[in-house]
Amino acid sequence: MTTATTGTRAVKASVGTAHTRVEGRDKVTGTARYAGEIPFAELAHGWLVLSTAARGRIRSIETAPVLAMPGVLTVLHNENAPPLDTDYMGMLGKPDPTAAVFQHDRVPHVGWPVALVVAETSEQAREAAEVLAVHYEQEPHDIAFSADRPDAYTLDGFSPAVTEKGDLEAELGASATVVDAEYTTPEEHHNPMEPHAATALWDGGRLEVVDSNQGTTWVAGEIANMFSLDPGSVRVRSEHVGGGFGSKGLRAHQVAAVMAATVLQRPVRVVMTRRQMFSLAGYRSPTTQRVRLGADADGRLRALDHSSLSATSTVHEFIESSAGPARTMYDADAHHTANRVVRLDVPTPTFMRAPGEAPGSFALESAFDELAEKVGIDPIELRVRNEPERGPVSGLPFSSRNLIACFREGARRFGWADRDPRPGVRRDGRWLLGTGTAAASFGAGAGPSTAAVTAEADGTFTVRVNAADIGTGARTALTLVAADALETTPDQVRVRIGDSDLGPAMLAGGSMGTRSWAWAVTLAADELRERLALNTGVPPEGITVRSDTTAAIGALSQKERHSFGAQFAEVAVDPATGEVRVRRMLGMFAAGRIVNPLTARNQFVGGMTWGISMALHEEAVRDRATGGHYGADLAGYHVAAHADVPYIEADWVDDVDPEDPVGIKGIGEIGIVGAAAAVANAVWHATGVRHRNLPIRPDRVLTAGGHA
Amino acid sequence: MAPAPSSTNSAVTLNINGEKHTLTVDHRTTLLDALRERLDLTGTKKGCDQGQCGACTVLLDGRRAVSCLQLAVAAEGREITTIEGVAQGEKLHPVQQAFLDLDGYQCGYCTPGQICSAIAVIEEHAAGWPSAATDDVRPAAAPPPLTPEEIRERMSGNLCRCGAYVSIVQAVARAAGIETEAAQTEGVETEGAAA
Repeated sequence: MTTATTGTRAVKASVGTAHTRVEGRDKVTGTARYAGEIPFAELAHGWLVLSTAARGRIRSIETAPVLAMPGVLTVLHNENAPPLDTDYMGMLGKPDPTAAVFQHDRVPHVGWPVALVVAETSEQAREAAEVLAVHYEQEPHDIAFSADRPDAYTLDGFSPAVTEKGDLEAELGASATVVDAEYTTPEEHHNPMEPHAATALWDGGRLEVVDSNQGTTWVAGEIANMFSLDPGSVRVRSEHVGGGFGSKGLRAHQVAAVMAATVLQRPVRVVMTRRQMFSLAGYRSPTTQRVRLGADADGRLRALDHSSLSATSTVHEFIESSAGPARTMYDADAHHTANRVVRLDVPTPTFMRAPGEAPGSFALESAFDELAEKVGIDPIELRVRNEPERGPVSGLPFSSRNLIACFREGARRFGWADRDPRPGVRRDGRWLLGTGTAAASFGAGAGPSTAAVTAEADGTFTVRVNAADIGTGARTALTLVAADALETTPDQVRVRIGDSDLGPAMLAGGSMGTRSWAWAVTLAADELRERLALNTGVPPEGITVRSDTTAAIGALSQKERHSFGAQFAEVAVDPATGEVRVRRMLGMFAAGRIVNPLTARNQFVGGMTWGISMALHEEAVRDRATGGHYGADLAGYHVAAHADVPYIEADWVDDVDPEDPVGIKGIGEIGIVGAAAAVANAVWHATGVRHRNLPIRPDRVLTAGGHA
Repeated sequence: MAPAPSSTNSAVTLNINGEKHTLTVDHRTTLLDALRERLDLTGTKKGCDQGQCGACTVLLDGRRAVSCLQLAVAAEGREITTIEGVAQGEKLHPVQQAFLDLDGYQCGYCTPGQICSAIAVIEEHAAGWPSAATDDVRPAAAPPPLTPEEIRERMSGNLCRCGAYVSIVQAVARAAGIETEAAQTEGVETEGAAA
């Protein structure tokens, strides 16, 4: 990094050097307060009641006995709830009506919110909620997700449902080698450690919501729309957020809390239980995917076909666009991709870390490994031979594409050159050993944001930007970015985030948060620095410069903009028990400028840990008889624990984005992409058996035997 | 307001971080809720409320326990240590300092539980307790070295959904006086932001 100079003072650049988190001390001492931890006088506690029926209507709710219970203040339900508006376009489109609670008597799935019990204490609310009798008129439900659903249909998500070029059948017919395989991934749940929590209150004619979410501009806008309020009269704060991963947007708990606070005219807190999160917080749909690859004898692709089916609810359309990665990764003479969805009597799925890319890369990168095996070419060399010059579907140039650099450096560090490609031939005692690799990509984008940077009279700086730090380290990254732009040191910069009153900003999602906010901070800080250079002095109220990146982001040229990565895994498989252990992992990434190596490495490794968890553990299972889950908790739904996760190395190659003021691309999601495929490919290398259905459970390893 | 004692409430005195607190609690109140909702000690986190995630881990008479499965009325007479009580004034506990320096967290919500658990892990290990990862569990066997594998096994009751396990294990090892593979902290800047 270069050294910037202010006056006579040389200031070392902060971006690119490792910094501990600015709120770190608060987090290790327990003083960082999360949404459910801010005290309010006269606080009442709400407890949601969810449907036990999978489809039908509410016939009646016996509120009288519950209202007579100690401490109970009210029961809100479909017959007394204030009306809500769901006919609007929010920051991410039309709202999922699941959040618009208690508006009708229809029940579209198990776990649909049917009532909120509010009481003086949480114990009173909980007991009353548990004894509230709700009677349903039940109808037959359908939760059967399978590849051959006749009612599946194509659906555009944030990308087109279908892309196609070339004659697929002709190219497959002309191929020397064809892979045609079906892959499945299960229903997966975000499970951030902090359950969704919101406290709502009216204060001087303004609605205030203290919440745990991924963007208070976003959530405040949704609440204003839904309750038909002037946007300026809604303030949402979210200072510390205990993880989100896509699940923390507008949800039933905030809406129910606002309703109750409005009805009771006192502060009301609603916290989801862990079990309720399995119904109310969104999840990743199961997928079934078919991949067909046709290649010449030298491994060059003639045909690529990736079609994916996911599920959505009957009340809202969300599609897991798993066929998307092929549009970035590989070209072929005939190139078809399609995303379809089927409506079932289940909750609405939502964005979950690397939506589309995580399950899609499992299928595509597994199929690529199968192709490498069939054509007898090393998996990395096969990818080198299929490296596209331009976007395979768009034809646009890549802003930068350093995938092969990741593979080359990763292969060197992992010791890939010494790998014997034959499967099932390495043993360490009772364990069979294998290694696998896979490619990763994730879109690099930015969303419009505003920021204000103030030079204070005491020589320090205050940055106000409505970012959300959901564990990403955004608060610290923005401190470093601002310090460099202001040519000062991080200790002279304080960053205020997580408050919708700070002004409109992008949400923490799509790996776009830090890039979007850093852009706005840089714009304002650059101008402020120029004004300070005039040496006119700083008045007592300071000098504030505001920025808005809407125009700058709108002026970006059309390009294929992505991060890339290469994943490597070594596994040990016990053929007697079916247990799979990941022994080591390496991820090399080309993901723009890395602002804070300390937190960035942690975030990449966290994504890769999700990949292990996806490959081996996570699976939410529904009971077809009831339509609900088995074991909807952290014992029944296993996420990777300490003992599941070995030492993981993550590092990066130089990949500065020249069109971003800081060079950032975004790193929140790419760590999981390809990671499950690398593990599955390593399991094949260890055992000689392809596992095309996740998770790779011990029973699947045992019953697969030695047959692919 | 604290209700008067009745058939559903009792007055209890809880000894928390060396300080006595007398309060009347609903018999259904867990130690976790008493800490968070009644005593404003919100450092102890509620992740699942059913003993599956470890976020609410505290030390009871020096041993780790999940406070969501402990009724407040049953905690009378115990020495309760929460995350608010592990530092010596302004000086962080070595485990806290290692978590801070090595970035042993992301969102921070599981962190108080991880830290309380780690403090107990180091003590349990020093006392010679074996774990499922210990090769030789005979009473006569020498205490096992506190390898990363031992730390992972002993810390497995504390989930971290951000996936910060790698740096948590490094932090626990450093606090225990052991350096693990690639605890990369060379040149980490630790100055905070402006107050």
